Amino acid sequence: MANSTSEGTMRLEVFRYSPEKGEEPRFQTYEVPFRKDWVVLDALNHIKDQSDGSLSFRWSCRMGVCGSCGVMVNGVPKLGCSAFLRDYYPNPIRVEPLANFPVLRDLVFQLDSFLEKLKSIQPWIVRRDGEKPVSEGEYLQTPAQHARFKDFSMCINCMLCYGACPVVGMEPHFLGPAAIALAQRYNLDSRDQGRDQRQETVASHDGIWQCTFIGECSAVCPKHVDPAGAIQQAKLASTVDWFKEVLWPFGGREKR
Amino acid sequence: MDSHEHDVLIIGGGGAGLRAAIELGESFPKLRVAVLSKVYPMRSHTVAAEGGAAAVIKSNDSLDKHAYDTISGSDWLGDQDVIEAFVQEAPTEMLRMEHWGCPWSREPDGHVAVRPFGGMTIERTWFAADKTGFHMLHTLYQTTLRFGNTKWYDEWFATKLLVEDGRCQGVAAMEMLTGQVHAILARSVILCTGGAGRIFPFTTNGAIKTGDGMGLAYRAGVPLKDMEFMQYHPTGLPGSGILITEASRGEGGILVNKDGYRYLQDYGLGPLDPWPRFRAMELGPRDKLSQAFVHEDEKGRTIPGPYGNVVHLDLRHLGEAKINKKLPFVRELSKNYAGIDPVYEPIPVRPVLHYCMGGIDTNIHAATTLPGLFAAGECACVSINGANRLGSNSLTELLVFGRRAARSAAEFATAHQGLATESLKKQANDEQQRIAAQFIRKQGGNERVAAIRQEMNTTMESGAGIYRKEESLRATCAALAKLKERFKNLRLDDRSVSFNTELISALELEFMLDVAQALAHSALERKESRGSHQRTDFAKRDDQNFLKHSLAFRTDGEPRIGYKDVVITRWPPGERVYGK
Amino acid sequence: MKPDVRTIPANWWLRRSPPWWLRRRPYFLFMLRELTSVFVAAYVVIFLVMIRRLNEGQAAYEAFLDSLKSPLAVLFHIVALAFALFHTITWFHLTPKAMAVRIGEERVKPALIIAPNYAAWAVLSAIVAWFLLKG
Repeated sequence: MANSTSEGTMRLEVFRYSPEKGEEPRFQTYEVPFRKDWVVLDALNHIKDQSDGSLSFRWSCRMGVCGSCGVMVNGVPKLGCSAFLRDYYPNPIRVEPLANFPVLRDLVFQLDSFLEKLKSIQPWIVRRDGEKPVSEGEYLQTPAQHARFKDFSMCINCMLCYGACPVVGMEPHFLGPAAIALAQRYNLDSRDQGRDQRQETVASHDGIWQCTFIGECSAVCPKHVDPAGAIQQAKLASTVDWFKEVLWPFGGREKR
Repeated sequence: MDSHEHDVLIIGGGGAGLRAAIELGESFPKLRVAVLSKVYPMRSHTVAAEGGAAAVIKSNDSLDKHAYDTISGSDWLGDQDVIEAFVQEAPTEMLRMEHWGCPWSREPDGHVAVRPFGGMTIERTWFAADKTGFHMLHTLYQTTLRFGNTKWYDEWFATKLLVEDGRCQGVAAMEMLTGQVHAILARSVILCTGGAGRIFPFTTNGAIKTGDGMGLAYRAGVPLKDMEFMQYHPTGLPGSGILITEASRGEGGILVNKDGYRYLQDYGLGPLDPWPRFRAMELGPRDKLSQAFVHEDEKGRTIPGPYGNVVHLDLRHLGEAKINKKLPFVRELSKNYAGIDPVYEPIPVRPVLHYCMGGIDTNIHAATTLPGLFAAGECACVSINGANRLGSNSLTELLVFGRRAARSAAEFATAHQGLATESLKKQANDEQQRIAAQFIRKQGGNERVAAIRQEMNTTMESGAGIYRKEESLRATCAALAKLKERFKNLRLDDRSVSFNTELISALELEFMLDVAQALAHSALERKESRGSHQRTDFAKRDDQNFLKHSLAFRTDGEPRIGYKDVVITRWPPGERVYGK
Repeated sequence: MKPDVRTIPANWWLRRSPPWWLRRRPYFLFMLRELTSVFVAAYVVIFLVMIRRLNEGQAAYEAFLDSLKSPLAVLFHIVALAFALFHTITWFHLTPKAMAVRIGEERVKPALIIAPNYAAWAVLSAIVAWFLLKG
């Protein structure tokens, strides 16, 4: 980071917790230089490098694609690398670990529950009639077919949506926005034939039907995946399925 | 000392590591496989790659053309037998990715689309908009979830290879959550730990690219090959170093200096028209483009900026529709991190450190000189990239060599069943004591991690940057030796054990200093200019003396540099010709 | 070096803050939206009572209509109307989320999915008004 002349300072109140010390969590206040192109992550790194190496947080790409640095900034889920200090300056900001997850240390949260939920929706191409040999080339997929699932494939697994969803906080078994969006990503991929297989998990009480369409997941999503849209579309599709099954029990609904 | 046993252990959960895991899961289901990574796999830096992955599938292309482009791009330092195997396996690997669901961008008729890329004779770069690495990584990770038998060590940091009876039999690794070191034993180990861009101050690389695996192998006696060859990507954002993909030039973007002049025509890459044109102008190889910037800068024709001088990458003539369709991420990054919208304004860019051509010495089977140890991806040097890598070859390399490493590791594991468990546990225990003594319980010391790291960054950029000379390299070698001494005086603020990220950054810095030394000394000894290693005191390529790979061996003092021949099959060394 | 690793439960903050739906505007608006269902249900009850009074004869029905003129009843109706409008408008604007309509690769603009809702509402309202006012 090049040296630009200091443009003032800014106060950060950062959540601190160390399991070894057996203490209650607390907030620690730091003063950092304000630079107009700095993001919250730059401020955290400044603290760690210059004054307090004991502040633990996750980060890597710093360009909004790896999903590591999700935190709460003033109570709103944000990527640390995309939340600019200038949007808050000169007011102090409060940085906390992402909501609705257990906290392991400082800003580091435990995300294993998400990985379990991700695995449960079978996030891979399912072919009931087997995969064709590579020698036959690619599965054809027109740009229009690709567009159907494209947005849902943009999820970086940052889990800001889980941090924004009150239902995730209250119902730990709720599959949650990202997992359902990823299920839809595969369900809508023309190469996949696994929607029926996923329905048991996706269209369950802990799946789409736990969602009350608060919509904050889509509002905080940094990649515009629109998980709320994925869930409502899945609800609509499941409801239509149900009607079809009730009205045409022996009908040849095309199995996917 | 807690120990765990596996057949194959993969260190690193990026593109190469996950491809290896899939190969083992699919073709060797009986083997007990584990993937150990210091971050959750979807955070691996493969995720940040943008432009695409090259493979021959169109009828206007041929394997020989891909091979020739790669070989000439490498300034003839690439091993041609490996390159021939690479270009041959590439199309199959890419089709496998497609079958696993990778959302390749398509032509209107549904076939996979390809785009032009730097140094390639014809368009052959498969792409997923401009987030190819992201889509590849997530496709690979989600596909590995199919194999329930793989054990995942997420957020575990490997600190040392465990070697016994002349064989690599696992690693000592710290569970980051508890700070406790375990002995993870395995009949074969594959390193897929990525490059070491964080040695330099301005880099496209994320925080995790600290050369850990290179350091692990180096300390176990395996040489690091061609470390002096570090690629500067011509178009990174100033200050942050964030990558602006080569695809922006593949789609027709141009580079201009402060006079709006397309300066690359002055450096053997012209003529200007027609544009776009393969292997010409802005689609030249990355080393030449980065070097051209330095010359423009010296002539005072670059544009001053708050984070150093820049040139302009102009995409305006592509139009909003094309940018939104083919380069949406470039638009987003420019708006967020450079404050400009490329539809209306040119993007300020400059060369930033991007990729390590060099790495752990491996052969065509991804095997290192240490039995039981294999390596694939950016951390390895086979070498297909030689002195300069062509864009979009590395994503394909992950797949081809991830698979090769898996197969070699599986074969080795099956043939070598015994594990010297007790000695290995003792080694891991010693490692735990070392870390406790050197960092957690250390008395005294007054150096900060960030201070040593920043000085390492500064000396690498000034002495071992795009242009080097004896004087600057010697200064860097001396500075690195001093930094290693100062490292002994490190004192951490954080003396806890649970999720101590300061400790992790100290261990990473320790690896980076080793890798930086190997780089600087290899560069000092290579008295020629080739590809991305440019010496102002030895400005010509010297095939007579240096058509060889450098090998850096660790010693107690400075690295010892050796050499080995480059394999030439069908393409005798020639001139690199671009522009025509 | 094996510490007892505790993690704070996810609800540590719940013990320290106002209820989640008071913490941020979007959550509050969501609760209001959900609350509209109470007023819609209450109005249904009133409607059912009206039908019953109708069944009980002229006197009962007229007494019921008188009670609707009390200030409390008028206030209730104003509030209920406001909530019903809020309910309708928020749900109209959420319909594009539940329906991903595409023409080729491009997604149909949300406004084009919302507009037919308003149009249908206007038409139906006009028909009902005509019936009520024609006598």
